[in-house]
Amino acid sequence: MLALNFVKQLGQTRLDVDLRLPASGIIAIFGRSGAGKTSFINIVSGLSKPDEGHIAFGEHVLCDTWQGIHLPPEKRRIGYVFQDARLFPHYTVKGNLLYGNHGKPDPELFSEVVQLLDISHLLTRYPASLSGGEKQRVAIGRALLSKPDMLLMDEPLASLDLPRKQELMPYLESLAKSVSIPVLYVSHSLDEILRLADHMVVLDQGKVIGNGALTDVWASSVMRPWLSAREQSSVLQLKVTEHHPSYPLTQLCIGPDLPLWVSRVRRPAGDMVRVRIHANDISVTRIKPVQTSIRNVLPVTVEGIEPHQYHADIVVIRLAIGTSILTANITPWAADELNLQVGDKLYAQIKGVSLSQQDLA
Amino acid sequence: MDTFTLTDYEVTALQLSLKVAFTAVIVSLPAGIGCAWLLARGRFWGKSLLDGLVHLPLVLPPVVIGYLLLVMMGRQGVIGAYLYDWFGITFGFSWRGAVLAVAVVAFPLMVRAIRLALENVDPKLEQAARTLGASPVKVFLTITLPLMLPGILTGTVLAFARALGEFGATITFVSNIPGETQTIPLAMFSFIETPGAEAEAARLCVIAIMIALLSLMIAEWLARAARKRVGH
Repeated sequence: MLALNFVKQLGQTRLDVDLRLPASGIIAIFGRSGAGKTSFINIVSGLSKPDEGHIAFGEHVLCDTWQGIHLPPEKRRIGYVFQDARLFPHYTVKGNLLYGNHGKPDPELFSEVVQLLDISHLLTRYPASLSGGEKQRVAIGRALLSKPDMLLMDEPLASLDLPRKQELMPYLESLAKSVSIPVLYVSHSLDEILRLADHMVVLDQGKVIGNGALTDVWASSVMRPWLSAREQSSVLQLKVTEHHPSYPLTQLCIGPDLPLWVSRVRRPAGDMVRVRIHANDISVTRIKPVQTSIRNVLPVTVEGIEPHQYHADIVVIRLAIGTSILTANITPWAADELNLQVGDKLYAQIKGVSLSQQDLA
Repeated sequence: MDTFTLTDYEVTALQLSLKVAFTAVIVSLPAGIGCAWLLARGRFWGKSLLDGLVHLPLVLPPVVIGYLLLVMMGRQGVIGAYLYDWFGITFGFSWRGAVLAVAVVAFPLMVRAIRLALENVDPKLEQAARTLGASPVKVFLTITLPLMLPGILTGTVLAFARALGEFGATITFVSNIPGETQTIPLAMFSFIETPGAEAEAARLCVIAIMIALLSLMIAEWLARAARKRVGH
């Protein structure tokens, strides 16, 4: 477990953090620019010092201002991938990759990392001749090869243009699947976070306003201000149960006897996939529709009804299904006509489901 | 006398000039890097005073520097007396004194070039190296120093060229002794003073121009090679 408890004054903003984070998986640190995200991971890395606080990774105390402990970055065993790659211009790619090895390269790990990031053809080149995406891949490899206990990534895609982002994303996804150490992934892009992260921390003006499993934080009201009505959605982590024998469709399981059909996922039954269902793609009906083109019609219970914070023409209803919550946008007119009450049993018609974590196989 | 063969007298002066300039540059290089580091990265009380002191030889008349060295470092000088008593080292009227004089005069040029190079090294690269497990010393030796190399070379050659040309401080501090302190500029001065030695003075003048030109060309070539390696 990663225990973080510190404060630091950053100009007008006071960064005030008290968090327990899991010791594995991709942990997204989300917030708008100026929220203190980079300062947050700089403090974790040891590059900057909190005004006061305690940071421990398991039993390993990294910083404790009350006991006068502040381990320098080189003693923390924390890899750091910066937004701007920061490759050493006077070393070749190979030299950069081996810099953190203290002259004891591990050939097995080296070839594994080089293969994972597909940089074997770059080894003899100098950073000046690499593209932005290639630089970032080398920077990731360099951090991994220093055999860290934890990896920090500060918006590794933010300085790249769209084609380069798309080029690098699959590498990050395979990295997310293969690393066993926790990764703190700073980003202001919800799309990146949905595709990569398991756990999510939301920072706003130096304060932690959300912390938990990605699907839980996503379902909570914390995320509302960041999402337009069109983007309002539910994110679910579901198990693959079967593939349709004749159509390119895959069945996922929301709960017992609650199948959700999505377009074909190339994953064996039993694998978990993450799906995103937009609130505008769900409609509700009191009577189970018959002879409909919509494949996913599922029984739900109304758990909450509230007008949208910013849009007068939308009522947000929260629907419980199995252990999950779906959010649907309907008009106030429809809400009044159906006379919706909390606890009502309805049928949700789900028109579209998007897969937010690509199947890489 | 053969026009293209150096006389023994010229060879002696040339060898002494090169020996004094080389020694001065090599000995003052670590101090130059240290000083440049303090001025570029240091945050301490009295930094502008240090900056002023380092640059002083650039604006003081060389004769003043020679005089101050005589008072401070001479056999009876404030510091020189102790150096002689404790270590048996003496600077007065010896080539070591010439080294000291030219080192002091050339020091600001060296520090300026190295400082400029250091200010161009991105501290973000040093941070990245720290996160990869490198101690501050390792970071300096493997990142900062190699990236400063073009500037260090430039500073060294500038200082070397200035050292070759030093006259005032040297003659004031350690006098004009053939074979001991008589470098090319001092030898040339002696010929100019001597009636009928115009040809000898002219020959030394040509030698001085040639070694200055040669050292500048080597410097340019080295700096270009170093920049290429650093990836600029």
